[in-house]
Amino acid sequence: MEFFKIRHDIPFMRHALAFNVVSLLTFLAAVFFLATKGLNFSIEFTGGTVIEVAYEHPADVDRIRRTLETRGYKDSSVQNFGSSRDVLIRMPLKPGQNSSELSKAVTEALTADDSTAKLQRVEFVGPQVGEELAWNGALALLITAIGIVLYLALRFEWKFGVAAIIANLHDVVIILGFFALFQWEFSLPVLAAVLAVLGYSVNESVVIADRIRENFRKMRKASVTEIIDNAITRTISRTIITHGCTQTMVTSMLVFGGPALHYFALALTIGILFGIYSSVLVMAPIVRWLGIRRDDLVKPIRDKKQEAVV
Amino acid sequence: MNRYPLWVYVTIAVALALGALYTLPNFFGEAPAVQVSPARATLKVDNAVLGRVEDALKGAGIAPTGIFLDLASIRVRLADTDTQLKAKDVISQVLNPDAANPSYTVALNLLPNSPRWLAAVHALPMYLGLDLRGGVHFLLQVDMRAALAKRAESLAGDVRTQLRDKSVRHAGITREGNNVVIQFREAETRDKARAVITEQLADLQLADAGSGSDLRLVASIRPEAQKRTQEFALKQNIQTLHNRINELGVAEPVIQQQGADRVVVQLPGVQDTAKAKEILGRTATLEIRPVDHDNMNMGALAAAQAGQIPFGDEFYIERDGQPILVKKQVILTGDRLTDAQPGFDNQTQEPAVHLTLDATGARIFRDYTRENVGKRMAILLIEKGRGEVVTAPVIRTEIGGGRVQISGRMTTVEANDVALLLRAGSLAAPMEIIEERTVGPSLGAENIKKGFDSTLFGFAALSLFIIVYYSLFGVFSTLALCANLLFLIALLSMLQATLTLPGIAAIALTLGMAIDANVLINERVREELRNGITPQAAIHAGYERAFGTILDSNVTTLIAGLALLIFGSGPVRGFAVVHCLGILTSIFSSVVVSRGMVNLVYGSRRKLERVAIGNTAWK
Repeated sequence: MEFFKIRHDIPFMRHALAFNVVSLLTFLAAVFFLATKGLNFSIEFTGGTVIEVAYEHPADVDRIRRTLETRGYKDSSVQNFGSSRDVLIRMPLKPGQNSSELSKAVTEALTADDSTAKLQRVEFVGPQVGEELAWNGALALLITAIGIVLYLALRFEWKFGVAAIIANLHDVVIILGFFALFQWEFSLPVLAAVLAVLGYSVNESVVIADRIRENFRKMRKASVTEIIDNAITRTISRTIITHGCTQTMVTSMLVFGGPALHYFALALTIGILFGIYSSVLVMAPIVRWLGIRRDDLVKPIRDKKQEAVV
Repeated sequence: MNRYPLWVYVTIAVALALGALYTLPNFFGEAPAVQVSPARATLKVDNAVLGRVEDALKGAGIAPTGIFLDLASIRVRLADTDTQLKAKDVISQVLNPDAANPSYTVALNLLPNSPRWLAAVHALPMYLGLDLRGGVHFLLQVDMRAALAKRAESLAGDVRTQLRDKSVRHAGITREGNNVVIQFREAETRDKARAVITEQLADLQLADAGSGSDLRLVASIRPEAQKRTQEFALKQNIQTLHNRINELGVAEPVIQQQGADRVVVQLPGVQDTAKAKEILGRTATLEIRPVDHDNMNMGALAAAQAGQIPFGDEFYIERDGQPILVKKQVILTGDRLTDAQPGFDNQTQEPAVHLTLDATGARIFRDYTRENVGKRMAILLIEKGRGEVVTAPVIRTEIGGGRVQISGRMTTVEANDVALLLRAGSLAAPMEIIEERTVGPSLGAENIKKGFDSTLFGFAALSLFIIVYYSLFGVFSTLALCANLLFLIALLSMLQATLTLPGIAAIALTLGMAIDANVLINERVREELRNGITPQAAIHAGYERAFGTILDSNVTTLIAGLALLIFGSGPVRGFAVVHCLGILTSIFSSVVVSRGMVNLVYGSRRKLERVAIGNTAWK
């Protein structure tokens, strides 16, 4: 079986400007949503209490809300979680409130109201932890970006490093933009997914960079544009099949993984889709604009014999 | 050109065999077991207890499938849950004749069901995280400022004692924050005091302050001493938590230091968070009480042993077996004790335990000892509402300054034990719960199923596609992916890593990403074939050329993985460990193992017309 029978190189670079305008617009939209709506951070970052309760029959969310309100928990959010029988209650941090008493009081209130209510999970995070997590997450992102640029600069050329990281950070911002737009919950596993996507999308850039380098060696007469077009065309089937395979796994997580893995898989999905686009259509034009040349990649071979004589 | 030397095949075979061996324990599941651990800090499990457990089981006609003794517990593995419950009853009857005051905690537990020979080569199943097995997780923050303040308090007492011993007349000693401030009227006295403190108390650094007749010495704790104090506080708190958690009868609690001032407590299987928290937060379980000398005669003791305890007294058996009557009146409680360290008596060089009391404690103790020289006092450790006499020394002289030494009739080991027990009574510094997670057991089982399902179905769909698309090379790729999964699980089991739900997600994701290497290779081989190279050369060139790319792309993925591992905490770390290991195993399996298969099938054919890698006929 074969999906891609491409006989001629596709002139990707001819439309580079159009692609770049599209990605710039997407990027700006993402930044706009991040700035106006902000991320909906999970309690791991903000601090607070999450209580998951399971009922034996479909839960009446409004009634639970009223029950909590009459007990004085005004700021809590109640929503279904996974199925209609499971309910997730989120409560913000309040100074001077004891977490153990809170979860106990809430459970008591709910069981008094409906005896089938069963406590599934309680998570309490104090204010000290959240700030640290956000800081560590940002630090991990920074270190990853620097590490990747350095490695690519070492293995290829600094232009590839810079182009690849711009392309892939653009993916990261777009993922975050989606999370801001739809107000999906940004939790620790989502952060892990974002960083995993960052590493994974760079694969793409590496594969193309590798081909560009090889083409510089092989296609001595070709122009830079032709070389890049050829490199992308030759790797496009691999790009799409690999991403399709990874996406198969991720889709399986999205379908069978349940609510705990939902946003994790969602972040990966967006990352994988935009990863294809960005490394092919964002990274390559940037490399060209940074002025990649044959000499950057193909080092002239020194005459070793002469050195030996001296 | 597509032949591996024999040693490569042998390496692959050995790796696969090892992978299979260490993955194996995960399939046996877990068997019901009964775990016996000491309920009190003064008790230990040893061969004698093991013997009693064995006899008890034999007496009841229960044949366990295995009995294991380790440092902290005895574990008895049983065939099914019915015998497990029966065995638990039998064992607790024998070990705890008095049910109201149990000496040993007998808890239900699960043990890996893998055969003995697997355990002998350390092939053990992965440890399941709390999100998969259910339980409680706490993150506690130790209040280090309080620990330092406590230390400063005890140093203030030391300064007072030292200055009095050397007859240096000061005008008052106070603690201000973490500093000890000593006031003087004359400069000479201050000089003298400075000399004494510098010589005797190495933990303090001194600075002058004040002028005229209001001269002061400000003593602060040296940075290295501060660090020691904090480390000590953390260690003592962990020790205390251990002792308290023993009361809960949890099978396998995890109590670990995290960072410089945090403690992680994980209690698998525990659902009652309120109870757990109450026990973790309990304070002062140490009491110093007078011994009732009026009734310490043969007759009264014998009567007490028979149940006739004099009014206002309590009857105890000392650790050396001597009966003792202790008054109910409490002189001091454990929260007045700032430290207890084993050491030696300055004069006799006998092993001794040095106690440090805080200022209030020191004053009470001085007053009490002045009036009771020659009498005995009992130090009791109260656990589960029941006291136990740790030691009952004779008061030889009035003890001031808050420095108490207990010596006589002790070995070094005993001195160590007593110091540990005394410290165990109290927390060195208060702790606060800053993170809490409870996962119900049904949710845990559900998480395992969901994680397993998503991996299984994803893997199946992916394999199907790859085989259809790349035909025989797709089969090789799929088998290489299976080998990758095998290596990954084997590695995780070998390292005894904790598997969590994000960890399972990482396994699925790693498999989805690892296929990239094989796609790269297969596409490259196809391309070379289209370029008109012979099949053998195409296979060779495909693997050779793809390898550089595979290496580069895996290194970049690994950089992200390592950043997650270093900066991540909790669920992220579980993900990162699996992710990083998966990248390493995938390089080996997708390059070496798949090539091995290709070489075995195609490598030896001289005239290879075509290879089964899907359609490559078009040009």
